[in-house]
Amino acid sequence: MDMTQTLMVALVCVNLAYLAVTRLRSLTRITAVQGILLAAAPLAVLGQDPHGHATTLALGVLAIKGIGFPWLLARTLSRLEVNPVVEPYLGFNVSLLAGVAGLLFSLWLETRLPFPPGLFPPLLFPAALTSIFSGLALVVARRKALTQVIGYLAAENGIFLLGVPLSAQGSVWLELSVLLDVFVAVFVMGIALHHINKTFESIDVGRFCSLRD
Amino acid sequence: MDALAHLLAALLLAPLLPGIINRVKARLSGRVGRPLFQTYFDLARLVQKGVVESETSSWMLPLGPVVSLATAAIALTLLPGPAGPSPAAFTGDFILAAYCLGLGRLALILAALDSGSSFEGMGASREAAFSALAEPVLFLCLLALAADAPDISLSGMLGRGLTGSLAPERLFVPVILFILLLTENCRIPVDDPNTHLELTMIHEVMVLDHSGPDMAAIVYGSSLKLWFFAAATVLSVLPVRAMPPVAGWAVFLAGLAVVAIAVGLVESSMARLRLIRVPRLLGAAGTLAALSLVLTVWR
Amino acid sequence: MELFGLSLACYLLGALCALVFGGREAANRLAPAAAVAGSLAGLAGVLGAPVSAVSTLSLPWGLPLGAFSLGLDPTTRLFLLPVYILGAAAAVSGSLHLAGHEAAHAGGDRRGPHWFCFNILLFGLSLVMAARDGVLFLIAWEIMSLAPFFLISLHDDEADVREAAWLYLVAAHIGAVCLIAFFTLAMGQAGGSSFEAIAAAASAGRLTAPTLLFLLALVGFAAKVGLIPFHVWLPDVYAAAPSHVTAVMAGGMINVGIYGLWRTLELLGPPALWQGWLLAALGLASALYGILRALAQGNLKRLLAYSSVENMGLVCLGLGLGLIGRASGNDAMAVLGFSGAVFHMLCHAGFKGLLFLCVGEVLAAVGSMRIAHLGGLAKRLPVVGGAFFLAAAGIAGLPPLPGFLGELVLALAILTGVDLPGLLPRVGMAAALTALAAVGGFALAAFAKAGGLAFLGQPRTPAAAKAASPAGPALVPILFLAGCLLLAATLAPGLLGLAGQAALAFPGMDPAPARTALAGACAIARTVSLYSAGIVVLSLVLLWLRRLLIAAHGRRRGPTWGCGYTAGTARVQYGAASFVEPTSQILGQPMGLTRRLDMDPGLFPKRAQLFVTSPDVIRSRFFTPLFEAIARGCDALKVVQHGRVHLYILYVLATVVLLLAWKL
Repeated sequence: MDMTQTLMVALVCVNLAYLAVTRLRSLTRITAVQGILLAAAPLAVLGQDPHGHATTLALGVLAIKGIGFPWLLARTLSRLEVNPVVEPYLGFNVSLLAGVAGLLFSLWLETRLPFPPGLFPPLLFPAALTSIFSGLALVVARRKALTQVIGYLAAENGIFLLGVPLSAQGSVWLELSVLLDVFVAVFVMGIALHHINKTFESIDVGRFCSLRD
Repeated sequence: MDALAHLLAALLLAPLLPGIINRVKARLSGRVGRPLFQTYFDLARLVQKGVVESETSSWMLPLGPVVSLATAAIALTLLPGPAGPSPAAFTGDFILAAYCLGLGRLALILAALDSGSSFEGMGASREAAFSALAEPVLFLCLLALAADAPDISLSGMLGRGLTGSLAPERLFVPVILFILLLTENCRIPVDDPNTHLELTMIHEVMVLDHSGPDMAAIVYGSSLKLWFFAAATVLSVLPVRAMPPVAGWAVFLAGLAVVAIAVGLVESSMARLRLIRVPRLLGAAGTLAALSLVLTVWR
Repeated sequence: MELFGLSLACYLLGALCALVFGGREAANRLAPAAAVAGSLAGLAGVLGAPVSAVSTLSLPWGLPLGAFSLGLDPTTRLFLLPVYILGAAAAVSGSLHLAGHEAAHAGGDRRGPHWFCFNILLFGLSLVMAARDGVLFLIAWEIMSLAPFFLISLHDDEADVREAAWLYLVAAHIGAVCLIAFFTLAMGQAGGSSFEAIAAAASAGRLTAPTLLFLLALVGFAAKVGLIPFHVWLPDVYAAAPSHVTAVMAGGMINVGIYGLWRTLELLGPPALWQGWLLAALGLASALYGILRALAQGNLKRLLAYSSVENMGLVCLGLGLGLIGRASGNDAMAVLGFSGAVFHMLCHAGFKGLLFLCVGEVLAAVGSMRIAHLGGLAKRLPVVGGAFFLAAAGIAGLPPLPGFLGELVLALAILTGVDLPGLLPRVGMAAALTALAAVGGFALAAFAKAGGLAFLGQPRTPAAAKAASPAGPALVPILFLAGCLLLAATLAPGLLGLAGQAALAFPGMDPAPARTALAGACAIARTVSLYSAGIVVLSLVLLWLRRLLIAAHGRRRGPTWGCGYTAGTARVQYGAASFVEPTSQILGQPMGLTRRLDMDPGLFPKRAQLFVTSPDVIRSRFFTPLFEAIARGCDALKVVQHGRVHLYILYVLATVVLLLAWKL
C-alpha cells in the first residue's frame, strides 16, 4: 500500500470526522490527529531529503500542530467550563453529506484546474481542499467560538497541505515562520475566548449580535 | 457443489455464532457462560413446545416467523461459498438478497403488530425506521465493492479479498459491513439482545408474543441472518477463493469465528447508543461507504 | 383494431345508456355492464394480436383541423392494459357500491351522470393513447381530463369533495395549457398536425426551440402524473373521490402522463443528455419525497396517493435512465430503463388499483379511512385483508411479487450506467441506486404501517369492531384483480419481455445490443421467478411443519403479553403518528410532520392532547402563496369591471380598433 495514498485517505477521513463528532473534546483530539498526519506529509510527499529540510519541517509541524495547538485548545476547553457538546446550526448527518459533496467538488475541480503534471501526488489536492471546506463548515455551521477556532485551524491545515509539495529548499523556513504566526494567533484566540466567556457567560457566537451598534 | 456445501454449513453451524458471542461476553465479564451449543439446545426445546397465540392475533402471526426464516435461508443461497460462486449468481443479485431479507422483516413487523401490543408496535416502528436507513448504506458499500469486480453480483464481488489494486479506501468496506451486521442483527450498540427493559429493545420486543416452534423459527432465522452478514464481512476481506478449497474453507470458518468474537468484544466494551444516536452511526457508516465508493470510482 | 373500435363504441353506448336511464337503477346496471364489455373487448383487442404489431385507422373527420387517425403499437397496447383491467374491475365494484344507495341523495339521483362520466373517462383514456394526431390528442386529453371532475364530485354535498374537485380541475388545466402550447408550437413549426409530421420535422431539425418544447411537455404531463411539485392535487382528490374512481385514476389515468411524456420523447427526436438527467433527478426526488410523505399520512387514501407520487417518480426515473442511455449511446441501458419504466407502471397500476378497491371495502364496512379509526380488520374482513397485504408487499417492491422485478430492472439499468465515462455520471448512478434502496426501505415502512395498523391488532373504534365482511359479489373485483396480479407474478419474465417490446420500438434504438440486454434481463427475471417460487414453497413447507408440530404439542390462546401492564386498551396500541416517530426524529422536515402538545402546566396536569399533522410544504409554502398573489392581482384588475355597460362597449370598440391597427 502506497504510503502517501494511505496518508491522504486518512486525512480525508479526518476532515469528515471534524463534521461528525459531537464533543468538543473529540474535536481537539481530531486536530491532534490531523497535526500528526500533516507532520508525516512532508516526509511522504517530498521523498528524498538530502538536506534534512523535510525532517525539520515535519518536526516543526509535529511540535506545533500535533502537540502545541491541541494542548492549548484542550487547556482552554478545560478552563472555560462550558457545555462539552458541539452545538450545530446544521445537523451532523447533513454536515457529513456536505463534506462528501465537498470532496466530490474538489475531485472535479482538480480535473478542471491546469496544474503542471506531477506537481501534486494523487488525492493531495482534494484532501487539502476538503480540509479547507470542512474547516470553514465548522466556522459556519457550529455555534461555539471554540469550534470556530478549530475550524480556522483546519482550514489553515488544508492550506499548509497544499503548500507541502511546493516547498522547495528555501521555503521551509517560510513555512515554519507561518506556523509560528498561526501559533501566536491561536494563542491569542484562546485568551480572547476566555474573555468572551467571562463577558457573555457563554461562547455562543450567536450572542455577538448584541454587540452591534 | 461448493455453494451447496456452504448452504449446508450455514444451516448447521449458524446457531453456533450466537453461542460464540455469548461465550466471549461471559468470559470478558468473568463468568463461565452458557455452553457453546446453547442455541441448539434452545431450538430443540422450543420445537417440542406447544404454541400460545394472542387472542388478538389473526392469520398473520404464524406467517412472520415462517417467512422470515424462509427468506433468510433463500438469501443465503445467493452468497458465494468460500471455494466457488453461487450457482444462481446474476447481475444485481445483491438486490434480490437485500429485498428477500426485507420481506422477512416486513413479515416480522406485521406479526408484531398483529398482537396489538404497544410494546411490540414500538419495536416494529423502530425496526422499520432503522432498517430503512441501513438499506442504502448496504447498497453503497456493495457498490464500492462492485467498482472493480468482474461482474456485479455477490459472487463476483465477494471472496476475492482486498487484493488487486489495494487502495486504502477498500479497508472501509469490511468496517461498514460489520456496522451493518450490528445494526441488522440488533446487536450492541444499536440494540441490546440481553436487556430486560422492553422500552429499550428493538428486535426482542417484537417477538414477545411468539412461542414454541414460532420462536424457534425466529431464533434460527436470526442466526441465519447473522451468518449472512458475518460471511459477507469475511468474504469481503479474505481472498478465500484464491486459496485451495480446504484452506479456503478453514480460513473462512476461522474468519467467521473471528467476526463472532469481535461482536462479543464490541458488546462487552460498549454501551448501547441512545436510539436517536443510531441514525448518526448509520450516517457515519454511509459516509464511509460514500467515501470508499467515490475514491474507488475516481481511481 | 376492430376490437378497439368496438370497445370505444361500447363505452359510448354505456354513456348513452346512463343518460337515457338517468335516474333509475337500470343506469347503475347497464352503464357499468357496457364499461365491462368495452374493457373486455379492448382487452381482447390488445392481447389478441402480438404486442409488437402496429395497426392504424383513419376516419373522416368533420373538423377543419387535424385528422381522426388512431393507431395501436406496443406502447399504446401496454398502457391500455391497466385501463381495461381496472376499468372493468372498478365498474363492477362501483356498481355494487352505488346499488340502491343514491336515491336518498339531497340533490337527487346522481348515478346517471356519474356513469356517463365514468364511461366517457374510459373512452377518453383509450382515445388519448391511440391518437396519432395532435388535435385529436388534445381533444381526447380534454375529454379525459374533464370527466374525473364530475366523477370526483359525486358526493358534492361535502365541502372537502367540492374543494378537491376544483383543485383537480385547476391542476388538470395548468397541465393542459402547457400541452396546448406545446402542440400548437410543434404543429405550427412542423406544418402538419399528425405525429408523423411532427417527428419528421424534429428529425429534419425544423423545430426551432426543442428545449422549450421539451419543458412545456414536461410540465404539462408532470401535472397529470403528479411529479413534484405538481403532486399537490393527488392526496386531496384521491381522498375525496369514490374508491372505484380512485382506482381508475391511480391505476389508469395518471399513467397517461407517462404515456404522453414517452410519445413526446419519441416525437422530439434524439434526446439530449441533460433531459435524461433532469427526468431521472425529478423522478428520484418525487420518489423520495412521495414515500416520506406517504409514511407521514394517517389516512389510508392519502397514504396511497403519496405512494403513487413515489411510484410514478420511479417510472420517471426509468424514462430518465432510458434517455441517458440513448443520449450517451448505451442502448443496453436505454432498453433496460424504458422497459423497467413500463413494467413498473404496469405493476403499480395493478397493485394500486387493488389497494384502492380494498380501501373502498374498508370504507364501506367501517365508515372511515383514518388509521386511528381502524384496526383488527384482517380478522373481520379476511379476503380484503389478504388482498391488501398482497398488494402492499407488491407495491413495496418485495419478492415474490412482480413489483420487485420492476425495481430490479431499474437497478439493472443503473448498474449498466455505472460504466458511463466520467466521475460525475458514475457517482450520479451510484447516488441513484442508493436513493432507490432508500425508497425501497421507506416503502416497506409505509406499507407495514398501512397494513399493520389498519388490519392488524385490536379495533380502535366500535365501528371497526363491528365491521363485517362484504357480501360475496363485492369481493369479485378484488379477487379478479388479485388473480390478475398472481398471474402476472407467475408470468413476470414474459411480461418483462412484452414491456421490452415497447422499449425496443423507441426510435433510434440499435436493435442488436438492446435485444441482448433485454434477453439478459429476461434471463435474470426467470432466475428471480425461480427464487420467488422458492420463497413461496419454502414458506408453505415451513407452515406445514409448524402445523405438524402444533398437532403434536398443542396450541392455546391467551391474552397478549402486556409486559406487566394489565389495563391496556385498544387505544394504547401504536398508532399512525407513533409508528413513524423514530423516522420523524431523523426526517421530520421532509416528512412535513408538525406536532402540537397541549398540556396543562400545573402540578397535577389534567387531560393532555397531542396533535400530529403533516401539511404538504410544497403546497403551503409554494402554491398557496403563488395563487394568493395571483388572486390579489386579479382583484386589482376588478377596477375595469364596474358594471357600466357603455364603457364595456368602449372596451370592445377599442379592442377592435387596436387589432385592426395592429394587423393592417
